[in-house]
Amino acid sequence: MRADMPHTSTQPLLVVQNLSVHVPAQGQLISLVENVSFTVGAQEIVGLVGESGSGKSVTAMALMGLLDSPGVRITGSARFKGQELVGMPPRLLRRLRGRDIAMIFQDPMTAFTPVYTIGWQIEEQIRAHTSLSRKQAQQRAITLLAEMGVPDPAQMAQRYPHQLSGGLRQRAMIAMALSCNPSLLIADEPTTALDVTVQAQILELVRGLRSSHGSSVLFITHDMGVVAQTCDSTLVLYSGRIAETGPTADLFAHPSHPYTAALLASIPPITGPRPAHLPTIASAPPTPHTRPVGCAFAPRCTYAHTPCTTSQPALVPISAQHAAACVLPTEGTPLPPRLGTVQTAQAHSAPHQTGTTPL
Amino acid sequence: MLLPLLRRLGQTVFVLFGISVLVFAVFFATPGADPTARIAGRNASPQTLEKVRQEYGFNRPIPVQYATMMKKLFITQDLASYVDRGERVVPEIMRAAPVTLSLVGGAALIWVVAAITMGTLAAAFKDTWVDRTLMLLGLIGISIPVFWLGQVTNLVTQSRYHNTWLFSWVPGLGYIPLSQDPWGWFKTLVTPWCVLAVMFIGIYSRVLRADLVALANEDFMRTARAKGLSPTRILLRHGLRTSLVTFVSLFGLDFAQLVGGGALLTEVVFGLPGVGHLTYQALTNLDLPLIMATVMYSAVFVVVANALVDMLYLFLDPRVRDAR
Repeated sequence: MRADMPHTSTQPLLVVQNLSVHVPAQGQLISLVENVSFTVGAQEIVGLVGESGSGKSVTAMALMGLLDSPGVRITGSARFKGQELVGMPPRLLRRLRGRDIAMIFQDPMTAFTPVYTIGWQIEEQIRAHTSLSRKQAQQRAITLLAEMGVPDPAQMAQRYPHQLSGGLRQRAMIAMALSCNPSLLIADEPTTALDVTVQAQILELVRGLRSSHGSSVLFITHDMGVVAQTCDSTLVLYSGRIAETGPTADLFAHPSHPYTAALLASIPPITGPRPAHLPTIASAPPTPHTRPVGCAFAPRCTYAHTPCTTSQPALVPISAQHAAACVLPTEGTPLPPRLGTVQTAQAHSAPHQTGTTPL
Repeated sequence: MLLPLLRRLGQTVFVLFGISVLVFAVFFATPGADPTARIAGRNASPQTLEKVRQEYGFNRPIPVQYATMMKKLFITQDLASYVDRGERVVPEIMRAAPVTLSLVGGAALIWVVAAITMGTLAAAFKDTWVDRTLMLLGLIGISIPVFWLGQVTNLVTQSRYHNTWLFSWVPGLGYIPLSQDPWGWFKTLVTPWCVLAVMFIGIYSRVLRADLVALANEDFMRTARAKGLSPTRILLRHGLRTSLVTFVSLFGLDFAQLVGGGALLTEVVFGLPGVGHLTYQALTNLDLPLIMATVMYSAVFVVVANALVDMLYLFLDPRVRDAR
């Protein structure tokens, strides 16, 4: 934590309230993200889960000020260390980007500029935000690569992106993101493009960041298994709206939104007999302009009944920090708790060493 | 290092052979192209014609004629024109080459600088009036035929407004060698440079803009923005630098074909005795030795320029470096 930032651990790092993103299409404003609220505490890992098109990446991009499609409208509030990000002048936001809030992306293959070396690109970010000399920046880049478990970092810094494997590139990407000690790291599906063993190593690395670098992480993924292993609290998005939010352990033990429950049911159980067919959620989520009047999930929900199709369900508290946007709990027919719970982040909350295994 | 060079040399020889055979064949297949009559002069007697035919070897089999011409062009370098009192062709090209090189070099400098500036500005101000104005100018540049633009600038600078303060410095048409009078060289060439560059500025700026706009959606451009870099730096260091790969390949080919004689119209309009002008002469006279020589010269340039572009690629794009 940097000394010049007045920030105590009691005050959350990022407070997002009623964030909405609208884009004009076919003569009307279409909402990609609607009234999303959540907080990220210091050194907390928050999972943002949803299918493709559920608005999870758009939410992250909106926070970073990276949405630049013409006519895009971002409303609501996102306070980062007390500073309002929504509507912040681009110049100021640019200073935060890369320094206080960093981002890593899904596909490490295409996320680096192909014509510069890895080292050069990390140095570039360091030099954009600090007054280090070229030499010092170079040294820092090598140190960072080493911290991320890149073997022979001085050599690797001289390599071009296409010369590295996917896992190494993602490590380099994380090294670059951490180069200015950001207090918040937004990871947009950082493991989706990697194979499973490499994925596990990268997850290990991300989990270790809070102890090694003191960073909070906003972890965007569509993989419930990854969430269980990684995140302290979880936010389930469906069609641009919050379906359910709460501490990961609670959410996995007592899913209170049928969508969350269905997502969890589609994971093969670790213990007990394996079902011949894993349950799936029928059909596809609605596109933003075909969203139904009531609950967006109603057309695919097995519990859907009249109240679901008439009005949008409000977010109702289940327990202290756990809430779901579903009418079932208020009607007195909550979903049953889940049996055979998945291993959750609680089991992993002990400080981790960053992985040093080369990929 | 040696092997690719040899391979390239082999390719060059093959290309030159193919083109020369083609030119030769087309010439002899063209009706009324028989050079005997032209060399012998008007109303020549059958005896004279026969003598010329004998002397120039036109009565020998075509492959032999071809071989003789190639020997004269490349080995003894004493190939003589069929017109112009038997002027040696090789020295003629050697005299014309610097003129063309001066013209094309200057124009290339102008068009590269102008196109990069215009293309980058247009991309930076995408969808604003700046972008639209620049791209409209580019389109106008592409649409104007170079000979028309040349004639109009001649009309303005040489006759209509020549006596005003604005254009009184413009020297008459023609060429002044750089070694003789650098300032005069510059003054005679500056107008042709601009005229020749106009179309290329149009093409290149539009291509570059399109390329930069397409690149803006790339993942690495998003990464650059997420790093908190300034928009200028993102556009120049990440966007433009990556676009240069396309730009260079386009440039290499255009430059080569212009140096090889493609600036014919500009040279003719401005009375510059360059390779294009020579080609033009050779074609109007159906002068096979000169046609052959200019075509060979042009082909060599295109092949050499391609090799240079490939080399630049290695320098500009690390991915190509490893693919070898």
